[in-house]
Amino acid sequence: MTLLEILEFGFMQRALISGIAVATICSAIGLFLVLRKHSLFGDAMSHVAFGGLSIGLFLNLYPIWTAYAFTLIAALGITKMTDSIKIPPDSSVAILLSSGLAIGIVLISLSGGYSLDLFSFLFGSILLISTQDTITIVFLSISVLSIIAIMYRRLMYITFDDTQARVSGINVKFANYVFIVLAAITVVTSIRLVGVLLISALIVLPNITAILFGKGFKKTAVISVGIAVASVVLGIIISYLANVAPAGAIVLTSVAIFLCTIVTREIRKSIRSGKITEPTVHNRSH
Amino acid sequence: MLNLTSANPIVEIDHLSYWYDSSFLSLDDISFVMEQADLLGIIGPNGAGKTTLFNCILGILPDYRGNVKLFGKEIMKNRKVLLSKVGYVPQHASIEQSFPANIEEIVSFGLLGSLEKFSRSYAKDQVHKAMQIVGLIDKKNKRFNELSGGQQQRVLIAKAMVHNPKLLILDEPTSGIDEDAQDKFYDLIRKLNAEEKISIILSSHDLDAISKLANKVACINRKMHFHGDAKDFFGDENMLKTYYESSMQAHLRLHQFNAKSNPQNVPST
Repeated sequence: MTLLEILEFGFMQRALISGIAVATICSAIGLFLVLRKHSLFGDAMSHVAFGGLSIGLFLNLYPIWTAYAFTLIAALGITKMTDSIKIPPDSSVAILLSSGLAIGIVLISLSGGYSLDLFSFLFGSILLISTQDTITIVFLSISVLSIIAIMYRRLMYITFDDTQARVSGINVKFANYVFIVLAAITVVTSIRLVGVLLISALIVLPNITAILFGKGFKKTAVISVGIAVASVVLGIIISYLANVAPAGAIVLTSVAIFLCTIVTREIRKSIRSGKITEPTVHNRSH
Repeated sequence: MLNLTSANPIVEIDHLSYWYDSSFLSLDDISFVMEQADLLGIIGPNGAGKTTLFNCILGILPDYRGNVKLFGKEIMKNRKVLLSKVGYVPQHASIEQSFPANIEEIVSFGLLGSLEKFSRSYAKDQVHKAMQIVGLIDKKNKRFNELSGGQQQRVLIAKAMVHNPKLLILDEPTSGIDEDAQDKFYDLIRKLNAEEKISIILSSHDLDAISKLANKVACINRKMHFHGDAKDFFGDENMLKTYYESSMQAHLRLHQFNAKSNPQNVPST
């Protein structure tokens, strides 16, 4: 089966469109999270979202909307708590992660065990995305990206040094709350595609890889989006061809790009420092 | 000793006190006035309250007691307008080294506080002008961690002055920088004060540099011990003796505090 034939399937088109949208917002939000050393915040919020999904399934409501509501409230609440009673950021991650998971487990046990729906949210179900879901995902992604584009310089400055940003008259508190809301929306929007358990990989890996290239902020952001989109597109195609879970294939593709970048970088470094000698370089030096 | 009347005050501090968590008194009844084009050196031992003083002046710590005025107006009532005329360079250690922005991007952050509307080309010109003044125009595409400590401080100066501030506040800007880079940095400070007519407040432990650079000195250790002409401070042996004694006391206080909070990390000698 050729690539063009694969792309003719409606489910594949929807998966790719949603996947590209989600990859873009995950890498955009993730760059700020990684640079603020809050890489695990995405993981924590995805576990809170799991609690929100369980509430929806337990109460027979549309689970993704309860996940949005619950994650937004929890993320804003923990940010407020971190601000007012000075909880260390890693501890707030631990609180979010464990309480989200605990709520989920309690509600699952009350409703008699795992349902198929919950399982698909845990591990993602990108190939089952409906047209309506695709429209929602694309709309939310464009909204998140537009707000990031408006605030991008302010967020960059706050990430660089929040004290200096405050001195420059930037409302750091407001910007941080807006950012947390965007991060929560991004995580819940992405869950349907890569699942609760793998979302943080899509937030962290493309950015860690892009930072290794050692370019300026703008270029790092563009490289990161490129890697995230490539991981999602390749991952979906590989999953279809190899008949494996798409979320796993997407994350493994991202890991492979990360490892290839590190290996290439180390080889280049070794060549530069003379530990590995290229034949042409050797001949030239003599 | 204190003269609180001035024709053209840039900074007016009147009976300023600050408590951390309502229990630790960091600043105790500090008063002084800084005039236009002054280069004021703030000296004092670690823990003397220098950074706290800056944070009060900049409105970062709003819950102080007393009055803080910039350009004749209360800082907390006009914070955004007043800070648009101020450039600030924090202590070197507080900057995240692995940040991927290049130098041009970092310097342009300084324009975010400006209240004026300007075109993209004007902003670019301002950024390039600031990088030229600090001598780093050829490094504009480098990343922050690719520069030496002295060059990094010059980047932060360029960022602080890109919006044409009237006052520059520099918090121990040369800590951790080698002597050669320090000299170049001090030349730049002198040039900004003399040629660009920027008023500068500079805190430092380097008394030699302060004696050469500053025309005014404020010596604090929670309280104000001296404020006046630099030549009066450095020409008075008793003043210098008092400074070194209070530095030693502050060092011992810090040692005792560390011993109390973490006895295992304190050397036995």
